[in-house]
Amino acid sequence: MTRYGLLINYEFCTGCHSCEVACKQEHNIPVGKWGIKLSEIGPWQISKNKWQLSYIPVPTDLCTLCKSRTKKGKLPACVHNCNAAVMKYGPVEELAKEMAGNSRMVLFAPK
Amino acid sequence: MENVPWRWEEDGYTVTRSTAWSGPGCHEGCGVLLYTKDGKLMKVEGDHEHPFNQGRLCPRCLALPDTIYHPDRLKYPIKRVGERGEGKWERISWDEAYDTIEKRYKEISEKYGPWSIVGLRGTGRDLMWQQGRLLYAIGTPNEVGTLSGNSCWAPRAASYHATTGAFMVADCSQYFADRYDNPNWKVPECIVIWGTNPVISNPDWFLGSWIVECMKRGSKLIVIDSRLTWLAARADIWLQVRPGTNGALALGLLDVIIREELYDKEFVEKWTFGFDKLSERVAEHPVKKMAEITWIPEEKLAAAARMYAKSKPSAIQVGVSVDMEKTGVYTVHCIAALASITGNMEVPGGNVIALPPYGVKQPGVGGWGYHDLPEGTRKHTIGHNIYPFLATGLPTASPDVLLEQMHTEDPYPIRGAWIQGTNTLPCMATDPKQWYEGFKKMDFVAAVDLYITPTIMAFADIVLPAATYPEKNSVRACLYNLSSTNKAIDNVGECKSDLQINLELGKRFNRKFWPWDAEEDVLDELLKPAGMTFKELQQRGPTYPGIEYKRYEKGMLRPDGQSGFNTPTGKVELFSTFLHHLGHSPLPYFEEPTRGPVTTPELYKEYPLILITGVRTIFFHSEHRQIRHLREIHPEPVVEIHPDTAKELGVNDGDWVWIENHKDRIRQKAKLTPIVHPKMISADYGWWFPEKPGPEPSLFGFWDVNSSRLIDMGLVGETGFGADIKCTLCKIYKVKEGEM
Ligand code: SF4
Ligand code: SF4
Ligand code: SF4
Repeated sequence: MTRYGLLINYEFCTGCHSCEVACKQEHNIPVGKWGIKLSEIGPWQISKNKWQLSYIPVPTDLCTLCKSRTKKGKLPACVHNCNAAVMKYGPVEELAKEMAGNSRMVLFAPK
Repeated sequence: MENVPWRWEEDGYTVTRSTAWSGPGCHEGCGVLLYTKDGKLMKVEGDHEHPFNQGRLCPRCLALPDTIYHPDRLKYPIKRVGERGEGKWERISWDEAYDTIEKRYKEISEKYGPWSIVGLRGTGRDLMWQQGRLLYAIGTPNEVGTLSGNSCWAPRAASYHATTGAFMVADCSQYFADRYDNPNWKVPECIVIWGTNPVISNPDWFLGSWIVECMKRGSKLIVIDSRLTWLAARADIWLQVRPGTNGALALGLLDVIIREELYDKEFVEKWTFGFDKLSERVAEHPVKKMAEITWIPEEKLAAAARMYAKSKPSAIQVGVSVDMEKTGVYTVHCIAALASITGNMEVPGGNVIALPPYGVKQPGVGGWGYHDLPEGTRKHTIGHNIYPFLATGLPTASPDVLLEQMHTEDPYPIRGAWIQGTNTLPCMATDPKQWYEGFKKMDFVAAVDLYITPTIMAFADIVLPAATYPEKNSVRACLYNLSSTNKAIDNVGECKSDLQINLELGKRFNRKFWPWDAEEDVLDELLKPAGMTFKELQQRGPTYPGIEYKRYEKGMLRPDGQSGFNTPTGKVELFSTFLHHLGHSPLPYFEEPTRGPVTTPELYKEYPLILITGVRTIFFHSEHRQIRHLREIHPEPVVEIHPDTAKELGVNDGDWVWIENHKDRIRQKAKLTPIVHPKMISADYGWWFPEKPGPEPSLFGFWDVNSSRLIDMGLVGETGFGADIKCTLCKIYKVKEGEM
């Protein structure tokens, strides 16, 4: 069976939290639990004019990859609404190929 | 895209395509798909076919069902039955509410004149374009916000008016329905993001995601911000400006560009007025000195000037921070000069003049019908006799003069208020204690909102429940497009749209201003310049006029059809004849903040930190504190403190700290972060706690944490626009046990 996943281009993830809230609204996830959760890496200073500040949303064990949506040909809720259009859904082999030529990418294959 | 269906059935849902516009949400006009069942909103998704947001949404619009169906939502008109502030309300009918409002306002009008009723405005919601018109029907010209110096958007609008002839925005392809693919558009080589964090706030008809899309396509950034935002962290150059000194920074940039002759000589020659005078003025502000003032290294400031001027095209997007300085109008003046002399005006990927789409105007501040008021009424507009720029620039009153007048009652008392779509007390009101006293003196106050806010609790006698955007039809003329808001659900309780309320009430006062029978008639009237009706717009979907560049060469910027800019000289006025005739400085200048390390060194010893407030977070101003999935992300008011400063003061992350200054003292929770300068702190604003007791003295606990208590009213620039808000002094220390 083809394994599906989420590819995140965290060069441009702004940390807006839309993926978190889209997921919670779609799957009725209560306060205190998440289907996908944002991590903040930084901020700290790397050198005089360089800073580390990145955001990466991480799917949790509550993530179903939006089966109910994707089987109808819709995008997962987080991907559909992502404010920076940095999330991609697809077969992991294909997504991995996309990673190859790019930096600051992370591929998740949730359970 | 035009001609897409606006309603369909999908998988057991009815889907309605619509346009978001606060309340709730924000100022923008994003395309949303509203998924409903049996007249109820089940979920919201971004509309990938709306060119404005291309499917992207903020947490605020995603959480919309929770805002609409929250148990605290106002459902019926209510009247106060106890004392003001006691929180005792009784449900009444719309008829009783309207009868009372009509009777009470008419009583006040007879006794003191209708101008002694003021209408309080918040920020640009789907009601500002008609709120003034209700007030004019009542007979008062006094539409006003309680932010000192009208220091949000208005200073920018006014200053652009006096220089380039109209508002200007960075061109991120937003005028084209096919966006980044449009062949006439160019990716900006450099974007200057100045005093705004659009990826979080999406302010002033501008979405942060457009910047991100430009970055994906190669745009380099210069970010001018006293905080290290995510954009600043990704910028080629981040200028960490000392709060309150944006004007010096702007003059410094101009100095490098003019001295090193990095400007577009042909454009300057042909299309600007007063370049020599500007150059003389700028020469008095050498970059070396400006760098010292702003706390930015000189090489960095000069490098930014060179990068901006040498990149082709370059765009500047400016935010509210420049408005919140008393010489902010002149900072904007410099910014208009920067865009013009570098040849970036009206070019693809540069800055473009923003005109209403198809001529359809939805002013964010007062206005629709102001000039139909008799001269004898208009002359009572508060502050217009003191500030001629305000009088000619915007049909809104001066909040600073109003506050004084509320206390002195000179030349007439203020006795009634209409509060619509603004939770002014914990949010927009600068120095809320003074406003609190002023509004406590009212004979009668009516308010319209989605929830009972601290403002309503403190002041209101009658409260009317407003509709959210899925509960109404409306129109969004969002600079670049026309788009319809389409009613998708049954209204909660008896709520009505602001337009319906203003129409029904307005008719009772003066039919001349409100001759229409139904809301849709008003929307049709609004759309007349576009030659469309509401129903036609609804059928067409988001409609884009597109843009031609260099419109000044084609006679497309002036009402008389002549070539040039819409200014008295037809050129970009680097020396503003308009300001000159009003008796104001026609050339830019900078003044140090009223209180600061330079102006008040003694005070600075006692209060060694610069305080800024107003940074937007997950919420829209004071909205959303009761929305669980948003509150979860930002549960408490936080003050950002540099770790070195905190260490010196023995403050740990998560400690509650007092923030104190010459005026007052409040407390917030410390967040240690290197994104702020060690000599400044950034405190949250707009907070209240819907879960805390509403009745006085608590007012949902807003007083304790309200950072506006530390800011003075009245520190206004000579034009009346712009005030020292984001630049006062303070100190911090830990809250002791037992002090909470
Ligand atoms: S794919 Fe669906 S379930 Fe998984 S994080 Fe995204 S929205 Fe949540
Ligand atoms: S919605 Fe997109 S941009 Fe926003 S936090 Fe999630 S991944 Fe990042
Ligand atoms: S910018 Fe965000 S909050 Fe504003 S309308 Fe768009 S999605 Fe809604």
